[in-house]
Amino acid sequence: MLVYLIRRIAQAMLVIAVMATLVFFAVYAIGNPIDVLASPQADQIELAAISQRLGLDRPLWEQFGIFVWNALRGDLGTSFVYAEPAAKLILQRLPATFELAFTALAIAVFVGIPLGVYAGLNPDSLGGRSIMGGSILGFSLPNFWQGLMLILIFAVILGWFPAGGRGQTATVLGIESALFTLDGLKHLILPAMNLALFKMALVIRLARAGTREVALQDYVRFARAKGLSRSRIVGVHILKNILIPVVTILGLELGSMIAFAVVTETVFAYPGMGKLLIDSIGRLDRPIVVAYLMMTVVIFVVINLVVDIIYAAIDPRVRLSEVKG
Amino acid sequence: MSHPVLEVKNLSVSFGSREGALTAVNDISFHVDRGEVLGLVGESGSGKSVTGLAILGLIDAPGRIGANSSIRLDGQELVGMPEHELRRLRGRKLAMIFQDPMTTLNPVLRIDTQMIEAVTAHENVSERAARARAREALQRVGIPSPDERLLAYPHQFSGGMRQRVAIAIALLHRPALLVADEPTTALDVTIQAQIISEVQELASQTGTAMVWVTHDLSVVAGLADRVAVMYAGRIVEQGSVVDVLERPLHPYAHGLIGSVPSRNKRGSPLAQIPGMTPSLGRLPPGCAFHPRCPRATDICRGEWPEATAYPGGRTARCYHPHLENEVAA
Ligand SMILES: Nc1ncnc2c1ncn2[C@@H]1O[C@H](COP(=O)(O)OP(=O)(O)OP(=O)(O)O)[C@@H](O)[C@H]1O
Ligand code: SF4
Ligand SMILES: [Mg+2]
Repeated sequence: MLVYLIRRIAQAMLVIAVMATLVFFAVYAIGNPIDVLASPQADQIELAAISQRLGLDRPLWEQFGIFVWNALRGDLGTSFVYAEPAAKLILQRLPATFELAFTALAIAVFVGIPLGVYAGLNPDSLGGRSIMGGSILGFSLPNFWQGLMLILIFAVILGWFPAGGRGQTATVLGIESALFTLDGLKHLILPAMNLALFKMALVIRLARAGTREVALQDYVRFARAKGLSRSRIVGVHILKNILIPVVTILGLELGSMIAFAVVTETVFAYPGMGKLLIDSIGRLDRPIVVAYLMMTVVIFVVINLVVDIIYAAIDPRVRLSEVKG
Repeated sequence: MSHPVLEVKNLSVSFGSREGALTAVNDISFHVDRGEVLGLVGESGSGKSVTGLAILGLIDAPGRIGANSSIRLDGQELVGMPEHELRRLRGRKLAMIFQDPMTTLNPVLRIDTQMIEAVTAHENVSERAARARAREALQRVGIPSPDERLLAYPHQFSGGMRQRVAIAIALLHRPALLVADEPTTALDVTIQAQIISEVQELASQTGTAMVWVTHDLSVVAGLADRVAVMYAGRIVEQGSVVDVLERPLHPYAHGLIGSVPSRNKRGSPLAQIPGMTPSLGRLPPGCAFHPRCPRATDICRGEWPEATAYPGGRTARCYHPHLENEVAA
């Protein structure tokens, strides 16, 4: 297991290094931030001064060298706009996005799995068909439109929840989070639902397909022949088997939920990392964009690693072969 | 006391499909007495597994049990019994083991979990007591160091060991009847023989009667008291093992056993019969065997022959049975 871990961590480092290079040069290609940052009336001398201050006058390879050197020391650059470290700006927004992503994940899992299992056990029933129909909608309607509809129905018409923003936070056990206040939760529900809908549709499909397949297996038949109750068969024998693909996919999707909470955060004016990214792209605030992408890569890599470990924990077959290998 | 352990009467099972219902098991009747072993043989698709599943009440939609069917366990009618009552019988009075030991145990649950749940499903005992029972059951089927093996996962066992675990689970509650659906087909010959003799011994200790489904006539010869031969969902001949294997009446049974000299008959697998196994959707009219039957005449193409009784408690469904085999030699 230890050898396996070390190998996986080495792989992860390599991925991060390659991504750093790609990200830097890709962002460099987007455009010259001077055009956006400097006032239109600025003359050549002023532009040159700004360029020099931001280090934009140096050759590309030198800028890259400085970026790598600083990144290795944990410095991802200073925002052109806010004149503060980019990493700090992003980290300030991180809790809001994490709250959103994890709440959405929880909704997707705790609603999606039961619905999917039900639909898998009763594929021809009205309930089963409705669930499938709903999941097709979840897949096919654009995410921002679903968000607008949620706002329209639950915030504007019914007035149950606020239409946007992040609510009050409270500090419990040293963690500051909006999950600990009623106001925070109220603000979180709609955007989390919005972010969850697509994943929930995915979980429903995975759980349904898994259940249909597993329900036909000999071991389920044998479990019935043993005289086990239906709840035991579904809740233990079937569920444990379908969790393997669901956890794998969801783990991978968690990364994309964090990274692409962008749309939801924009629709709900939710002050997370995604919104910061969109704003920074608009202002060509290169260090923030680079830092955001780098942090996203790291988050992805870490999540993949964790998923592999969880996967090994729930599937004894993987566990054994990895220990041997 | 006078009841047989299992009495099946006019059992039919059909599977609804778009083109209409396929009758996988068609009006079969048989019984199994206390401690007796009934061998159920027939080609692939003849309805053996469906019969076994029907006995346990495990036929799922779109499968349906026919209207006049009756399955009695110790005199108690199982057809139409509510699911929660059936569940109490399954695993306790009625048990089943399956063909492929690689797939009958849940791959993600430890052996102890799978055994303990089988105990506690029917008995209100502590987890400790259930574990002790599981341990003892593993020991009985010849699994060494059971304490350690209980903590293992199925993939850590060989095929033969897994089938032993399944047998241990099936016999946990000393069931009145065990349905064994080709439990040794997937195993090596030597392991087959060991397992068969172990099951035979355990079943005789617990007084368990068995319905043993197999393709292998040598297994039937060695294990069964009586045998029923299925063809296209019907039982075409049944009787004592000696009668049916040595002196078959029905041309299909005759073909199965082949023309090998009688000394070797018992040790041989089913012989190949020329022609194709008919598909259930397109059964020929009359006796479904007639396209392949060397004795077929016009009458065979009309109606299925009724089951006719012959001396020695045997029955056969045929217009032209091998009557030279009728009397005991
Ligand atoms: N769930 C089902 N749905 C539709 N048809 C089925 C189903 N289960 C079995 N059948 C049909 O019933 C017939 C009998 O199947 P069964 O499994 O009993 O055969 P078998 O005698 O056990 O064969 P084998 O020796 O291959 O195990 C087959 O034609 C099969 O296609
Ligand atoms: S009834 Fe006719 S066709 Fe059928 S087995 Fe007997 S002789 Fe052959
Ligand atoms: Mg079968």
